[in-house]
Amino acid sequence: MDMQNLVHMANKIGDFFEAMPDREEALLGIAGHLHNFWEPRMRSQLLDYVDAENGKDLKPIVVTAIRTYRSKLVSQH
Amino acid sequence: MLESPRNINSGKTNSGEKDFGTPRRTSGQEVTLEIDGMQVTVAAGTSIMRAAAEGGVNVPKLCATDSLEPFGSCRLCLVEIEGRKGYPASCTTPVEAGMKVRTQSPKLQTLRKGVMELYISDHPLDCLTCAANGNCELQDMAGVTGLREVRYGYDGENHLVSNKDESNPYFTYDPAKCIVCNRCVRACEETQGTYALTISGRGFESRVSPGQDQPFMDSECVSCGACVQVCPTATLQEKTVIEKGQAEHSVVTTCAYCGVGCSFKAEMKGNEVVRMVPNKDGHANEGHSCVKGRFAWGYATHQDRILKPMIRSKITDPWREVSWDEALNYAAAEFKRIQKKYGRDSIGGIVSSRCTNEEAYLVQKLVRTVFGNNNVDTCARVCHSPTGYGLKQTLGESAGTQTFKSVEHSDVIMVMGANPTDAHPVFASRMKKRLSEGAKLIVIDPRHIDLVRSPHVAADFHLQLKPGTNVAILSALAHVIVSEGLLATEFIAQRCEDKAFQQWKDFVALPENSPEAMQEITGVSAELVRGAARLYATGGNAAIYYGLGVTEHAQGSTAVMGIANLAMATGNIGREGVGVNPLRGQNNVQGSCDMGSFPHELPGYRHVSDSTTRHLFEQAWGVEIQPEPGLRIPNMFDAALDGSFMGLYCQGEDIVQSDPNIQHVAAALAAMECIVVQDIFMNETAMYAHVFLPGSSFLEKDGTFTNAERRISRVRKVMPPKAGYADWEVTIELAQRLGYEMHYAHPSEILDEIARLTPTFHGVSYEKLDRLGSIQWPCNEAAPLGTPIMHVDHFVRGKGHFIITKYVATDEKVTRKFPLILTTGRILSQYNVGAQTRRTSNVQWHEQDLLEIHPHDAEERGVVDGGWVSIHSRAGETVLRAKVSERMQPGVVYTTFHFPESGANVITTENSDWATNCPEYKVTAVQVKPVSEPSEWQKKYTRFSKVQHELLGKARQSKSIA
Ligand code: SF4
Ligand code: SF4
Ligand code: SF4
Ligand code: FES
Repeated sequence: MDMQNLVHMANKIGDFFEAMPDREEALLGIAGHLHNFWEPRMRSQLLDYVDAENGKDLKPIVVTAIRTYRSKLVSQH
Repeated sequence: MLESPRNINSGKTNSGEKDFGTPRRTSGQEVTLEIDGMQVTVAAGTSIMRAAAEGGVNVPKLCATDSLEPFGSCRLCLVEIEGRKGYPASCTTPVEAGMKVRTQSPKLQTLRKGVMELYISDHPLDCLTCAANGNCELQDMAGVTGLREVRYGYDGENHLVSNKDESNPYFTYDPAKCIVCNRCVRACEETQGTYALTISGRGFESRVSPGQDQPFMDSECVSCGACVQVCPTATLQEKTVIEKGQAEHSVVTTCAYCGVGCSFKAEMKGNEVVRMVPNKDGHANEGHSCVKGRFAWGYATHQDRILKPMIRSKITDPWREVSWDEALNYAAAEFKRIQKKYGRDSIGGIVSSRCTNEEAYLVQKLVRTVFGNNNVDTCARVCHSPTGYGLKQTLGESAGTQTFKSVEHSDVIMVMGANPTDAHPVFASRMKKRLSEGAKLIVIDPRHIDLVRSPHVAADFHLQLKPGTNVAILSALAHVIVSEGLLATEFIAQRCEDKAFQQWKDFVALPENSPEAMQEITGVSAELVRGAARLYATGGNAAIYYGLGVTEHAQGSTAVMGIANLAMATGNIGREGVGVNPLRGQNNVQGSCDMGSFPHELPGYRHVSDSTTRHLFEQAWGVEIQPEPGLRIPNMFDAALDGSFMGLYCQGEDIVQSDPNIQHVAAALAAMECIVVQDIFMNETAMYAHVFLPGSSFLEKDGTFTNAERRISRVRKVMPPKAGYADWEVTIELAQRLGYEMHYAHPSEILDEIARLTPTFHGVSYEKLDRLGSIQWPCNEAAPLGTPIMHVDHFVRGKGHFIITKYVATDEKVTRKFPLILTTGRILSQYNVGAQTRRTSNVQWHEQDLLEIHPHDAEERGVVDGGWVSIHSRAGETVLRAKVSERMQPGVVYTTFHFPESGANVITTENSDWATNCPEYKVTAVQVKPVSEPSEWQKKYTRFSKVQHELLGKARQSKSIA
């Protein structure tokens, strides 16, 4: 899918959770949201992108969340 | 099988229901009196007329009816009271303890006869050929009073030659038959709240007049029909009744238009609808309705209905009419082929928010069992998905908290991003009634909507913010509440999570969230924001009603959470008159969401990754369910363009017209290999389809709808499906051809399955719905009769959860190239994509979509009222006629999207809510300029649409030759 769009959407999620004072909660919030609402093919594309492009254009907090909770975001099937 | 309740129709106004003459009074005190020697006990404040009726005695009457306050003008209802002189009118005289009333005596009979004689001497005697014959209260009263002759003769001065007003497409006004009882005037004021009618002239000259002695269509009248319903004679009469005559039976059902979900009696002659009359016992509407539900049902039998299944292998091929069998087999074979070639996740389905709960449930079941994935979504995605997400996070349940009736207890009403007089008219009438009784009103909307100032209603605060700044306004309101010490501290301490509350409090207290700091962003003066916040927090019971102007934004979900925060912070939740209330767009938005139509949720809002729930459904359905969320509608389009999503089963939804960035959507659909559309009309999406399965209208099937108050109401079949099958039957047939059996003989069995598997529905059944009329979920062991008000003692999630809602500006920013903001909405007479209402006389109120623009912006661009203008965004361009209007603030333009050729969604972008992908319909940066011809897109659209109609025409021709 259009990678630019996925990056844009992920950053918007980051914007929301970034406002939380508890950073751990924010990271978990971002990863949890991706896990709960993004279909696996969207997630894997995003994970590949983070690996290949080193998270270019993604907000740092989104990259950290993805790296921290990578295993949770890998598709279960 | 369940029988529809049928009853024989009698009495013009109430469609077979008893008319008690004056409204019910509630009072803690009871009064006992004697009427005609019989003891009657009623609530204090009740009229003698109503007390008599409750005791079984019907006092003759003409100007009184129980939906309106008594007026006391006809003098037909006179009674005698022991120890009192004269003959008081029973409709205007309240009961007193120990009163002894006589409703019949020779003297009373003579007086009443005299009254009737006067009426009849100025009334045409064409009863036998009159449209109200058999259903006329004047006729009834002439009978009751025993009138046998009219001494004055009929050749005195009279109104028999007055001209009829036929201007309204749905009803006629024939002044010759008017008895000046004033019911219509009162209905327009009290029931509808429009104040369009007056009695003009005095004495003999007096007649009912819309506006300034104007025809109905030129007046303020919104054609709700309340006046027609209460008129005791044929003066105001439905044209369908004039044409077809009186009905012989009626069936109770639910309106298929908006989220108010009005209950109606469909008055029938055999299989033919004669008229729709709002049901007095309907809990959502209590006898009122709007122009759509009451009058705009003609589409159901419109000649454009497609009644034969059709197939074609390419969208450039002509359609071919085939048997149901062939069409279903073809669809099944295609879906199998695509899955084999592109994988299990390459197909999906779309559930309609217009179809019944049972149908929604079956489509998601089909996707999860037969397709074997979670690629199912509903058009609620594009309207209220942020409501589901935001309210679940904060309060614990994805639904509004109140009943509509609860507004009667509100002291402060906050309306945000909603235009109830147009989009939820019957609820708006309730609201206006409460406002005219003195409740305060706060409107938060970029537009000067009607509620801001209309007869007898004026907003105390109108925060006319810039589109896209809802979250900023909500934070500013919260800032005032926190910094001025207006928090409901006790409520918060008892009911909400402390840690989250403290964090939220610290956040909103930041200086950057103050109204002064936000002023620049929102365009609303800090003083107004402070005033509104104080009123909301301290004005008594405060309720928030919001609509798509809140959800359809890049921060839609954030704004919904912000609203829930405000309600919790002020303790305005969990009782009558308060709460957080989403006004849902389509009739069954709530229901389709409840039924598990979202790709991440099983019925009852339970995430697919929750293994307990999954196992429950796996056992019931005998398949394995995927634990991963599926594709949402916009993701489906993206995946289609990517080549990984190639087949779609789309029931009752017109995604091409209703979704943003049409050109993107059209490209995605064109890339897919098999699209199956099930609809009643050849809609815009069907032009891209390979299989067309004829749908059934709400009149042709049994089922249930769930309205914005979580109210489940029955939809009842009044005629057989025109194309042979109801929609739920078609889904069953399709599943079977894909190798999965669904055994249901009737929709009631589908609801039984839903009830079995969903805790909030455990107690719901058709039997109970028939018994109670309607049920608000949760309905289960803990709440056998349903739940009118939610979160009473504790929140559904346990403790209320405050969430930090930081304002983030949308990416859709105004620039030199696109200096204006376009926002979209809807109007009263048309409904959503307009497929239904465009096929009724409602087009007489709105025959095209217009671009509303402020005089200042218009002048700067040389735009004139009524002239063509192009609207250009980064997504596309379209051309509409301009309407120069001060309802808009400078810098903001507005349009509706009821006509496909307008292409409003050519210009909207695919920007969306961060949490749910609900499109940001309400904010698009555009430029506007005068032009002389349609846009490129419109020319292309016209060509494409013409070709598609020819391809359809070929199918019909080939049939008639064959
Ligand atoms: S149709 Fe409704 S708005 Fe129009 S005059 Fe009658 S009551 Fe008033
Ligand atoms: S139009 Fe009907 S309701 Fe209105 S005053 Fe005349 S008779 Fe009464
Ligand atoms: S469209 Fe809405 S308000 Fe109008 S009759 Fe139908 S449900 Fe009621
Ligand atoms: S019904 Fe009482 S005065 Fe008309």
